[in-house]
This record gives sequence, structure tokens and C-alpha cells, in this order.
Amino acid sequence: MVFINYAARELNCKIVYYGPGLCGKTTNLRHVYDRTDAAARGRMISLATDTDRTLFFDFLPLDLGPVRGFQTRFHLYTVPGQVFYDASRKLILKGVDGLIFVADSQEARMEANVESIRNLDKNLKEQGYDIATIPYALQLNKRDLPAILPADEMSRLLKVKGEPTFESTATTGAGVFETLKEVARQVLMDLKKK
Amino acid sequence: MPPPDLFLYSDEFQRIQEILQRLRQDSSANVVFLVDKNGQQIAAVGDLETLDTTSLASLTAGNVAATDGLARLIGEREFSILFHEGEKDHLHISIVGERVILVVIFDDRSSLGLVRLRVRRATAELAKVFQEAAAKGEKESLVADLETPFSEITEEDIDRLFSE
Repeated sequence: MVFINYAARELNCKIVYYGPGLCGKTTNLRHVYDRTDAAARGRMISLATDTDRTLFFDFLPLDLGPVRGFQTRFHLYTVPGQVFYDASRKLILKGVDGLIFVADSQEARMEANVESIRNLDKNLKEQGYDIATIPYALQLNKRDLPAILPADEMSRLLKVKGEPTFESTATTGAGVFETLKEVARQVLMDLKKK
Repeated sequence: MPPPDLFLYSDEFQRIQEILQRLRQDSSANVVFLVDKNGQQIAAVGDLETLDTTSLASLTAGNVAATDGLARLIGEREFSILFHEGEKDHLHISIVGERVILVVIFDDRSSLGLVRLRVRRATAELAKVFQEAAAKGEKESLVADLETPFSEITEEDIDRLFSE
């Protein structure tokens, strides 16, 4: 649900990073934080456990400047990836405008990726959204690791609707902004249709 | 279905600001602000210079969402009021019209009783404004060619946002 404040001429959009545990959602956000001008970003909040696993969500507000005279803000959220935090994931999906699915490229994590996409589909439906129509991109992360699946094989396994797909290494930042930009583009282009 | 997009026009925004301003005065609060349930800040009044209102909005929404989840687990529809007591400052959180969150930050110059009393009146006034805004939104979306400033968005506009 894009929040348009005509009085303050502001446009606020919510983008959520989804994916299995330890796939690199928080690392994506950290890279965006590190590489964004201090004036354009707010504080990054991580509600994490003592061992640095996301407990509830990470949050990063970005102020990217004006579009058509409206100050455009993106609120980036991650969900906790671990299977048993499903109740929290559902809460974070509320009001989502765009989604980035971060997949772990390691062969051993393919089942977790598939399970997480299935979980996303189910949770979106529960909130009244449809994965087929919501702005969405697939990110194949950890391309620098050994024992990874080829990108085309991952696409075949994980693509849900011919969505744009990006290879990334979130620890170095490769592919991080490309993925974000694509989903931001889809969200803003969606406004055009409304 | 997810809730429809929220449109806020100048006159409603103005009325909201006035209600919040009055609530702040009447309850001797430091800060009063409104957030929607998704964590977007709608309006804020008071001593805002030292306050990170964006983070406050996001965490408040997360807090309310988690508490709503807890409520449903024990068979309640929602907990309509949350209160956090600190050493000096306290947070009073309440729900307006099932969609918006009203937050009052106050210290010992005020009291929980006074805040609750004033919040009740402000909630009724705010709920009315949001009802009217929603009705207006529905009416206007029926107009097929309603002009939005975003109908002309181009790829170049988006490239510009990510140019650095």
C-alpha cells in the first residue's frame, strides 16, 4: 500500500527482502546502508538475537529524492528467515509494495529456497496479495561461494513468473543496488497504472 | 484484500495536525504523532528535533503488529491500548479506527490518567477525519481519469533516483 501524502508531497513505499535463513537479506540492507549518502538514509534498525540472527526485522529508510515533485521514500525491511519465525514474517508483509526474494546459491540450500518461496506465496495470499502481480525480483546471492548451482538451473527451480533475476554477492555489494532499483522501478511504474 | 491506498489531502492533513496539537497541549505531552499500521509516519507535533521519528514510526508499527498477533493468539481482536513506562518518559500507544496508531510521549509533568482521557477525545475526532478521507478516496477513485502526478513517470525519473 503506497502511502501518498499530497499535503506534504511525500511518497512512501515499503520493500521487503524475503528468503531462507542466512541467505543474505540483512547483508543486502547493510550494503545499501554503507553505500548510501548519510543525508539520504535514516538509521538502520536490526532487531536481532545475541548471535546476530534477525529476530523480528531489519529496517532501513531511504530518501531518494523527488519524483514528479514528490519526495520519494523507500522503507526497506527484511524478514527473519528461520522457519519458526513465520508469525513475524506475516506481520512484516503487511502493506508491502515490492518484494525481493534473496536465494542462497549453495546447492545444499536449494530445498530451503524452494520452501521459502512456497511460504512467501502462502503468506502473501493470506494478506490478500498475489505473487503474480506484486512487484517482485529474484536475487541469486552468494555467487562467490564454491558448491553453487548454475544461475540458469536456479532460475528454472525458483522463478515464479518470469521475474527479473540478478546474480549477487551481497558481502561485496555486487548486484545489490541493481536488484533494489529493479523493484523500486516496478513499484513506481505500478503507480502509473493507478 | 489488502487495505486500499491511503490518500491524504491538504485539508485533512491540516485538521489532523490541529487535533494532534490540541491533544499535546491538553495532555501536557512532549510529542504526539500518528503512524499508519505499516509504519509510515502520517503527522507529528512537539519536541521533534532530537527524535528519530522514522525509526519511532517503524518500531511502533512493529510493536503494534506483534501485540495484535499476541491478542489473536489468546482470542482477543486487538489490544487497543499499549503503555510503556520508563524512568522519565512514557509511551502511550492507541489504535484509531483499526488502521492508524496514535502515540503520545509524556513525562512526569503529565499523568497516565490525563493522557488516557485526552486521547479518548482525540481518537474520536481523528477517526472521523480518516473516515471522511477514506470516503473521499473511494469517491475519487471512481473518476476514471483522475489525474495523479505519477501518470507521467518515466524510466529516466527512476534512473535519476539511483544515479549516485
